[in-house]
Amino acid sequence: MSYLANLGKIFVASAFVNNIVLLQFLGLCSYIGLTDNMHASIGMGYAVTFVTVLAAAVTWIIDRWILIPFHLQPFLQIVSFILVIGSLVGLVEIYIRKMSPHLYKAMGIYLPLIATNCLILGVTFINSLQGFDFVESIVEAVGAAIGYFMAMLILAGIRERLRNSELPDFFKGKAIAYMVSGIVALAFMGFQGMIK
Amino acid sequence: MKKYWKIVWNGITPSNPILILAIGLCSVVAVTNSVQNALLMTFVFSFVLIFSEVIISLLRKIIPGDIRVPIFVVVIATFTTIATLLSRAYFNSIYEAIKLYIFLVVVNCIIIGRAEAFSYQNSIVDSIFDGIGMSIGYSWVIIAIAAVREVFGNGTIAGFRVFPASYSPALVMILPPAGFLILGVLVGWLEFTLKKRKVKK
Repeated sequence: MSYLANLGKIFVASAFVNNIVLLQFLGLCSYIGLTDNMHASIGMGYAVTFVTVLAAAVTWIIDRWILIPFHLQPFLQIVSFILVIGSLVGLVEIYIRKMSPHLYKAMGIYLPLIATNCLILGVTFINSLQGFDFVESIVEAVGAAIGYFMAMLILAGIRERLRNSELPDFFKGKAIAYMVSGIVALAFMGFQGMIK
Repeated sequence: MKKYWKIVWNGITPSNPILILAIGLCSVVAVTNSVQNALLMTFVFSFVLIFSEVIISLLRKIIPGDIRVPIFVVVIATFTTIATLLSRAYFNSIYEAIKLYIFLVVVNCIIIGRAEAFSYQNSIVDSIFDGIGMSIGYSWVIIAIAAVREVFGNGTIAGFRVFPASYSPALVMILPPAGFLILGVLVGWLEFTLKKRKVKK
């Protein structure tokens, strides 16, 4: 298989077949917490896409050029990745506030939330466990972020409809959101056959 | 003594981290396809939560307010690394199955949240009891979900056969979507009972 086809396969796998939210359960806190509100889900989607790709690039460099050559891999990986991502998010926040106040308004308030989003760290660990090279890591990160964005939009749309439907009181809010995402996940399992 | 019991009880139901606050959900849905996975996750979670609460509560007078979150994260990451290496050494086969979610204990919102909201302000003994309460609250939920999923999806509990071998398992229960469905039912049930109790009063 050519290199390009391989990249396409990684992208489809991370966006659809192993959708990061619905089938790998990363980033569930923001997925359940923010989809009450369509506007917030879109802002969070942009912010996550941006930071995931950036974090995947930076952690790949740290993993390959510092941790593996100096034999620090199993025990310093977690500490260094989380610190790098935390400070990266801080820097991005400062930079965006300075350069483009408009963009900051759109995604700035979600940036502090991202530092503890499982999704970003999860993608970097997946890259490291699978042994992807630099371009493959970026493609995996883009795919995962698009999968997250898609899941957020689907659930936000459904919840907007649910608000006007007649449910038993105790299922309103979070309980029904879990069940709906279970059914959406079932639908996403239909993509399983796309990749051999 | 009553005060400590109150702290522990607070974690078990009134502010149960998963069912009421809805944080730290990633591992809940992911590792509950068998009881063994859930037990290992419980061990890792309780270990990291209790020890990092103790350390943060010990250092709470020294940690400057402005950079407290990075310091919390480093403490939590250290204990997560210890727990990861321990579980790799002693429970290797289960570790291989849920590796990713054990790494991700470091960004579990429950642990950072408790460090920030509780042990940064309270004494060591209180923090230990808070850690125990929160761990029990987390454990009972994930073990309950795992037990339901494993019994119906595989006919066993923690590897021991419950249903006869002729039982044809409902495969969907151990596939990912059922985790969401059962969590939803559990949240709805808890809300229902809490409401009923309020009406009775």
